[in-house]
Amino acid sequence: MIRSVIKLAEVANESSISFEPFVFWLCGGLAVLGAIGMLISHKAVHSALWVALTMINLAVLYVLQSAPFLGVAQVVVYTGAVMMLFLFVLMIVGVDASDSLVETIKGQRRVGILAGVILVIALVLLLGNSFSIQAAELVNADSTYGGNVQGIAALLFGKYVLIFELTSALLITAAVGAMVLAHKERTSPRKTQAILAKELFASGNYKGPLPAPGVYARHNSVDTPALLPDGSVSEISLPGPIVARGAVKNINQSDLNEVQIISEGLGLVSSEEEGDK
Amino acid sequence: MIAAVIALPALSAALLLSLGNRTNKFGPWMAIGASASSFLIGFWQFLQMLARPEEERTVITTVYEWLAVPAAGFKVDFALQLDQLSISFVLLITFVGTLIHIYSLGYMSHDENQRRFFAYLNLFVAAMLLLVLADNYLLLYVGWEGVGLASYLLIGFWQHKPTAAVAAKKAFVANRVGDFGLSLAIMTMFIVFGSVSFSDVNEGVLGAPAWVSLTIGLLLLLAACGKSAQFPLQSWLLDAMEGPTPVSALIHAATMVTAGVYLIVRSASIFNASEVAQTAVIVIGAISLLMGAIIGAAKDDIKKSLAGSTMSQIGYMVLAAGLGPIGYVFAILHLITHGFFKAVMFLGAGSVMHATDDNVDMRRYGGLSKVMIFTTITFFIGYLAIIGIPPFAGFYSKDHIIEAALSHSWWAGAAVLFGAGLTAFYMTRMVVMTFFSKPRWEDDVHPHESPLSMTLPMILLSIGAASMGIILTNNHMFEHWLEPVTGFVEPEPPFSIQTITIITLSVVATGVLAAIWQYRKIAKVAPKKVSFAVTAARKDLYGDVMNEALLMKPGQALTRALNIFDKSVVDGFVNGLGLFTGGISSRLRKSETGYVRSYAMSIVLGTAILVIVLLIVRL
Amino acid sequence: MNPDAYLVLSGIIFSIGTLGVLLRRNAIVAFMSVELMLNAANLAFVTGARVWGNLDGQTAAFFVMVVAAAEVVIGLAIILTIFRTRNSASVDEASLLRW
Repeated sequence: MIRSVIKLAEVANESSISFEPFVFWLCGGLAVLGAIGMLISHKAVHSALWVALTMINLAVLYVLQSAPFLGVAQVVVYTGAVMMLFLFVLMIVGVDASDSLVETIKGQRRVGILAGVILVIALVLLLGNSFSIQAAELVNADSTYGGNVQGIAALLFGKYVLIFELTSALLITAAVGAMVLAHKERTSPRKTQAILAKELFASGNYKGPLPAPGVYARHNSVDTPALLPDGSVSEISLPGPIVARGAVKNINQSDLNEVQIISEGLGLVSSEEEGDK
Repeated sequence: MIAAVIALPALSAALLLSLGNRTNKFGPWMAIGASASSFLIGFWQFLQMLARPEEERTVITTVYEWLAVPAAGFKVDFALQLDQLSISFVLLITFVGTLIHIYSLGYMSHDENQRRFFAYLNLFVAAMLLLVLADNYLLLYVGWEGVGLASYLLIGFWQHKPTAAVAAKKAFVANRVGDFGLSLAIMTMFIVFGSVSFSDVNEGVLGAPAWVSLTIGLLLLLAACGKSAQFPLQSWLLDAMEGPTPVSALIHAATMVTAGVYLIVRSASIFNASEVAQTAVIVIGAISLLMGAIIGAAKDDIKKSLAGSTMSQIGYMVLAAGLGPIGYVFAILHLITHGFFKAVMFLGAGSVMHATDDNVDMRRYGGLSKVMIFTTITFFIGYLAIIGIPPFAGFYSKDHIIEAALSHSWWAGAAVLFGAGLTAFYMTRMVVMTFFSKPRWEDDVHPHESPLSMTLPMILLSIGAASMGIILTNNHMFEHWLEPVTGFVEPEPPFSIQTITIITLSVVATGVLAAIWQYRKIAKVAPKKVSFAVTAARKDLYGDVMNEALLMKPGQALTRALNIFDKSVVDGFVNGLGLFTGGISSRLRKSETGYVRSYAMSIVLGTAILVIVLLIVRL
Repeated sequence: MNPDAYLVLSGIIFSIGTLGVLLRRNAIVAFMSVELMLNAANLAFVTGARVWGNLDGQTAAFFVMVVAAAEVVIGLAIILTIFRTRNSASVDEASLLRW
């Protein structure tokens, strides 16, 4: 794969005059879109996917700037490994009230957006004319060792070998650290089913099976709350994540009417029959 | 060998104090033994000194190198100087001291803290010996402070009595004022002469400018005033009577108050070099001797009357010491004779008190000669000695001082002559009120003679009081003896010696007769309606009032003002600073919300500002 | 093409990442925003490498990736641990370190 990417990069370099601005505007726009998408998505999973979009587009921009190795590494490391890790953790953590975009700290959103806007404007102004020189091309640097990957390798194992070794130590430490953090030491013997049952009843909570969503309802999905015989909503029938996400289906009056009719022992059919009469 | 003189009582005091109650049984005897051994060693040294020719009599023994700061050129040895002057003091201190120790055995036999008392007595003797044996001013200062400490401990020995505690404190504070003078004098010596030893100072003062000897002389005079209870630092002496009577005897006769005279005589070279300082010494001595005599004549408390007498007699010595080479020898001579007769009278007073249930009011005595024969005889010998009746000791010493004073100036002579008359008056008053006249004691008091341990020292001392003068002045022996140390010039009074003696004796006789006439009838209670002069004298000539008005009140006002300043301004500033900081903090801490995003916000704002600054710099 | 355009793009993405950290309460999303900021920095590095004509900038970007990978591992582990004890992934919940 990397060979083809390199070839693509070479092609891009050779025909940079017409080719590069087009790719830059396309991928740059998509990258900004992805970033904004992450910012305003309600759901963390969506945010992760938007970030993945940004990263892939950035990878293209790397390749466009004669960095095929980094472009590939970006896709593999970030989009492949890091973002997948994020998704795994999201899977464990699940949906949470913190997904809500309602601001809880007073003034945080207003001041934050203001600061962000100021930062954008200032950075654009500052970076907009950083380089007075025209970009030198990397052809010479690449060709010294016979290519981009070889060139980076020469730097990594030559000039920056000490830092490279240090990063290895860092990675090992991170791996061990993650293990230590994620490991849960068992301090008590595993609970048997009898003990669990006792605890359940000792807590005084609801012991029976939860009412299934959608009982007395006309919808068969989990986001529809069960209705009690008097027509009110049974709170415990709704899964927590659904409530947290605010995805609970509303109850409309016709549903309530139907429930009332059923609870009074009058069949739906018979009422229809009455209507026919 | 001479170090043992100091070491024995010091060691005994240390043992008695550190071993505590275990030494209760033999403690007093050990203390007496230590003091007596000191006397024997001193006497042996004295004999050896006599055996040596006159030029070799001064011996300096360096015990060890005490302080040395080579960089500053400062070196003081723990060295003892034994010469004619110091051996005289050693013999006086140890002899009288030992007798007072023995006397205390009887006097303090009922006191449960007897051991501690003897330890302090030993400490007192050791400190005084160190004072007179030191070969430099710094070591002398150590003894000086030791004496101050011991006097504090002994005056306040019955510290359960508030008056005793206050008196001890007063003595200590008054002494500190004098000590201040001595320490400043020593510092001045070191700065000017680069040394504090007697020999170096004596040499250095010859070539030094006049202000040096004047400054040091006045500072030394201040020191002497503190320790010897001279005007204006005299007020502690009368209150010091709160201590047990043997302590009073020790302070007044052998140790403590004589230190000031010793200091002046020892620093003869400095005073010789400054006539102004000498005149100041004479004036102080004259004022003190008259003040002391007047106070002594007004007090009904036998011990306080004796204390006034001591102040007066020390005034004589200081005055004589201020006269220069014509007076040094007689100052010391009077000091020694005074040591004997004042000791015998104090011990006699103690004996009287012992006999009358610790009553000190002379108006409640009377007629004690009938029941206390030894006390009466010994006290009477002391009385004859102090008023200067030949051939008792005081006559020789006082007569010589009068001669010397007359040859100095008419006013000094007038002062000492008047003083002699006053002395005769108040001493006669004391003897008449105590031993003769009609008994006026309370009904349940049964006076009795004191035990042998108390009368024996009195007898021995009275022998000294009777004979010391005639022995020492025989053939000008004492003058020649001290001349190598202090120098001596024959006084040349304006009148012949016989004339002076006759004048003196007639003045004394006048005083005696006036007292007998005045006190032919004695009221049991002091008369209330008295002249202003008597009221003033009863109140120590307003010494305390003066101290209070001049020092205490302004001091209190100053401390009060400082206290207010401290409370309002200093504390106000400090507390205000604290409140300010606290207030700011309690408001600022609200910004610490604990929300990570708030903190991130501050970082972002900072970054934005940084970028804007960069932008401005770029533009 | 003018390399300043890449830098401006990098600045915009960085700022959006900043906003993400400031505004999103979900710890995982905030963490993603941090990753976005790192990526923006990487883009600047790569652009710099191109402008100066040597590979040092690309190497720096590579190191950033390595460090970011390590950071993600530890960061997510911490988020998991917090979630386990507090049953929430909100950054506002962990606000015990206040006055």
